[in-house]
Amino acid sequence: MEQKSLIRSAFLDTVPVMTGYLVLGMGFGIIAQTKGYGVLWVFAMSGLIYAGSMQFVAIDLMAGGASLVTMAVTTLMVNIRHLFYGISMVDRYRGAGRKKPYLIWALTDETYSLVCTCTEEEAERRHRYCFLVSLLDQCYWIAGGVIGALLGGVLPFSTKGIDFALTALFVTVFTEQWLTTKDHFAAVAGVLSSGACLWLFGADVFLIPSMIAITVVLTLRKRWKKEETHE
Amino acid sequence: MNERHAMALVLVCSAVTMGIRFLPFAVFGEGRKTPEFVTYLGRVLPYSMMGMLVVFCLKHVSLLRWPHGVPELLCCALTAGLHVWRRNTLLSIVAGTACYMLLVQLVFV
Repeated sequence: MEQKSLIRSAFLDTVPVMTGYLVLGMGFGIIAQTKGYGVLWVFAMSGLIYAGSMQFVAIDLMAGGASLVTMAVTTLMVNIRHLFYGISMVDRYRGAGRKKPYLIWALTDETYSLVCTCTEEEAERRHRYCFLVSLLDQCYWIAGGVIGALLGGVLPFSTKGIDFALTALFVTVFTEQWLTTKDHFAAVAGVLSSGACLWLFGADVFLIPSMIAITVVLTLRKRWKKEETHE
Repeated sequence: MNERHAMALVLVCSAVTMGIRFLPFAVFGEGRKTPEFVTYLGRVLPYSMMGMLVVFCLKHVSLLRWPHGVPELLCCALTAGLHVWRRNTLLSIVAGTACYMLLVQLVFV
């Protein structure tokens, strides 16, 4: 019974990601297919790389015959934000045992948005819940990719704009987090720092400066607050 | 295109991605106590990261060129507003996305 309700809530919580991943995964499958990489490639990439936007970039690099170094540097630039997901999950995934490697392996943007808001206090239940969420999400992603690769470009309706599902997911989680806390400093700092860095550095390279700016701002805040309480 | 080279590219991409994901857990391992600073970041980063992800999703939106980010802004506002009102995650996402698809396919073509 307990187990059942955990599975149920994990499934219900991942439904928004399912929508986004099936659609985006299909987009990836279709593009891979048209560039000459069929179902097996899609399956391998969604299983091994499992990083949404990076896979689109990777397909481009593969089709263009890029060098291994180019691939390594590009991956580093695009995925470096995942470093921060790990940092914020270090405590929450502590003691997860055999589940831990997979929990880390599958920590994508969307999975992170679900597991970082998990309020389950009891560690074992939390790890089981996060494991289910991670596994379901990856299944959706792989399924979407494989369907896309098999169907090719024969969808009967225009899906233009459907990738907004992921933007909407993050806006929703952002709003939900906003409503559950009185201290909006970190949320505002995140938006303003990355907005400023986007404007200053441009869309291709703004992530790393943003992460540095966010860390600096949050650190200054902590120091400032500490001094305040000392006085 | 050389299949073996493509396969090597996939493996490099996977290795770098997983290296990034595993690094924090390797540095702040199971045996030791997490430094207070990392615990602090763990508590506040989710808020900042969601903000950053929203900006990341909108990074190609241009305010200067047509349609000046109007469909994106409208639909983000709709998604957030709906969520404040109903607190239903699925509803907020589906409504925001459907509205966006209608706007970019029919209005701001």
